[in-house]
Amino acid sequence: MLKQMDGSYAVGEAVALCRPQVVSCYPITPQTHIVESLGKLVKSGELADCSFMNMESEFGAMSACIGSSAAGSRTYTATSSQGMLFMAEAVYNASGMGLPIVMTVGNRAVGSPLNIWNDHSDAMSVRDAGWIQLFVENNQQSIDVHIQAFRLAESLGLPVMVNMDGFILTHAYVRVDMPEQEQVDRFLPPFQPFQKLDPQDPVTMGALVGPEAFTEVRMLAHKRMERALEVIPAQMEAFANIFGRDSGGLVKKHYEGEADTVLVTMGSVIGTAKEVVNELRDQGESINAVTLRTYRPFPTEALKEAVNGAKRVVVLEKSFTPGMGGIVYQDVVAALAGTGIEVQSVIAGLGGRPVTRKSIRTLFAGCDQRTGFEVLDLDHATLDREVTRESAVLDRII
Amino acid sequence: MQSQILHFPAKEAVIKHQQTGDLTISNRLSEVGDSLQGKTDRPNSLDSGHRACQGCGEALGARHAIDTALDATDGELIVVNATGCLEVFSTPYPESAWRTPWLHSLFGNAAAVASGIAQSMKIQRKDNVRVIAQGGDGGTTDIGMGCLSGMFERNEDVLYICYNNEAYMNTGVQRSSQTPGAARTATTMPVGEHPGNHFGIGKSVPKIAMAHGIPYVATANICNPRDLEAKVRKAMSIRGARYIEVFVPCPLGWGTASCDTIKVARQAHNCGLTPLYEAEYGQVTAVSKIACPEPVKAYLKSQRRFAHVFKKGNEHQLEAIQAIADANIKAFDLLENPLQGERV
Repeated sequence: MLKQMDGSYAVGEAVALCRPQVVSCYPITPQTHIVESLGKLVKSGELADCSFMNMESEFGAMSACIGSSAAGSRTYTATSSQGMLFMAEAVYNASGMGLPIVMTVGNRAVGSPLNIWNDHSDAMSVRDAGWIQLFVENNQQSIDVHIQAFRLAESLGLPVMVNMDGFILTHAYVRVDMPEQEQVDRFLPPFQPFQKLDPQDPVTMGALVGPEAFTEVRMLAHKRMERALEVIPAQMEAFANIFGRDSGGLVKKHYEGEADTVLVTMGSVIGTAKEVVNELRDQGESINAVTLRTYRPFPTEALKEAVNGAKRVVVLEKSFTPGMGGIVYQDVVAALAGTGIEVQSVIAGLGGRPVTRKSIRTLFAGCDQRTGFEVLDLDHATLDREVTRESAVLDRII
Repeated sequence: MQSQILHFPAKEAVIKHQQTGDLTISNRLSEVGDSLQGKTDRPNSLDSGHRACQGCGEALGARHAIDTALDATDGELIVVNATGCLEVFSTPYPESAWRTPWLHSLFGNAAAVASGIAQSMKIQRKDNVRVIAQGGDGGTTDIGMGCLSGMFERNEDVLYICYNNEAYMNTGVQRSSQTPGAARTATTMPVGEHPGNHFGIGKSVPKIAMAHGIPYVATANICNPRDLEAKVRKAMSIRGARYIEVFVPCPLGWGTASCDTIKVARQAHNCGLTPLYEAEYGQVTAVSKIACPEPVKAYLKSQRRFAHVFKKGNEHQLEAIQAIADANIKAFDLLENPLQGERV
């Protein structure tokens, strides 16, 4: 059914269609509307047989998810930014125990300085936690990917994080096609846990594991993650058969065929990037854009295939590691090692700075002289002034 | 005639005498006043073969508590454990000493995990399945305090049991917010002008639990296992958030002989430092009187963590500890009658 609604409420409705049994929440901007909408659906009875837990912190929210999922209930939560870092310990724990929790992350910068606007720092902070990490590009994909996330999580026994850009998507009112309950029921069977806490069949979960077995346990998690690389495209096909829509799979090429320069990016920025790519192609440039929808597990082979024939790949990302540079860039470099493709790093949109068409045009224009990483729309004058001032102080101390 | 089938195979063990109260030993063959541990069909929730230290008070407390809860719920029980000694010594992979569904997640989140399980059971309409969360004093009263308070405030149908051994024993005896004044720990060494742990105003988690107005709060002590069992049984008859704090001496951390755990625990009770009481909806409803009062000296003397208190110049520390015990005795009216106070 076509509806005009904000991204968060759309996610809330999509999650409700998945019939979660426990929704555990703690408020944090810009994620709040998602759990608010679910709270309302539970209260009104529209979402039946669901417990809505108002927790004392994000740490508690993820912990309650761990308990409820381990006890055999389909479980959901959402967070952003500082909240993600506050729950980080439990985030690792959930994946270590193989609990198929689904969590939405309304991506937002992590302070200090305090900033509530969008970038991908929060998702990157738990990049290595063992969760499947999916990134969506628009609100329709948010809906579709959440429905896939539950099936993916429960079929693999791994938690799934659906990343949607804070404000840009969560707060955007757009027209979306909300699936019918009957369609979702056909796609998503009831939760059948591999093992659960059951007095009739007692199991011990979360034991202490020593050096003699820990490596094997981690490698098992890795193997399961790798299976996701097959399962995601297969489930996307099953989804398309029922809902009549494709939602990205592992990676998504904007144009078929080869191009000299390929922009690789994640999240909502691809919308703007595609427009610039269209413009430049019209002007005869050999250019393309590729979206990484699946970030963990990293779709190495799919990416290689998508950028095959390119001279250079430019990684445009909203994440940054001080002392190094781009984060996704490093993954792409590792994935394309040995292919001879030059990989460039461009960082943009940190802390909600808009990534405009103009900025992306300059990104392509600078391809021939780029060394190291480039930060788009950086106020060099301010930065240089502050660096000089700080250096003067530090020189005295050092 | 059909032979009787026992729920659990009876162990052909030597029949041991069971302690029934503060001072008496019962005949285990008598049904009246016997502990669950004296019965052949006890649930054995924490099986033998685990790796606790000799004389571990926490293992004893946990076994009594979970056995009782299993008995009270007809085996329909899920246990959540905070990180700590109890978790580490009972579940080194690939072994497990637990005969119940059991989950360990993290150090500070047992109350929240248990909340999630309770809600999960409710939504699956398995109301007969009950949930217990357990942990040491560090995981409960320090790092787990936020989740615990949240669990109380939401009045989740969970019994939280804190085994209080007054420090972080699993990491090597560091101070917790339950470490008493003057006590030596690895982070409060008996050196300097004020040796041992500082005297603060203390953190009484039972009182904090009472302030949440939850249905049931109790303190227990492994020196009186029947009282502990009765409190767990009562807690399992109530729905909503419940909290029991069990006093469990730690031979390793306290510097006591392994064979003295019960003795030290009883001395703590007798001197008034660990008042035993029950509270419902924030009001104290019952207090265990001290049958045989002792000064704190006897209790402190048997523990190396208090050795410096008896050194010359530290008399004020001894007095300060005695003052805390006296205040407890007065506040909870712990003496059976004034005359008994002169017996020792």
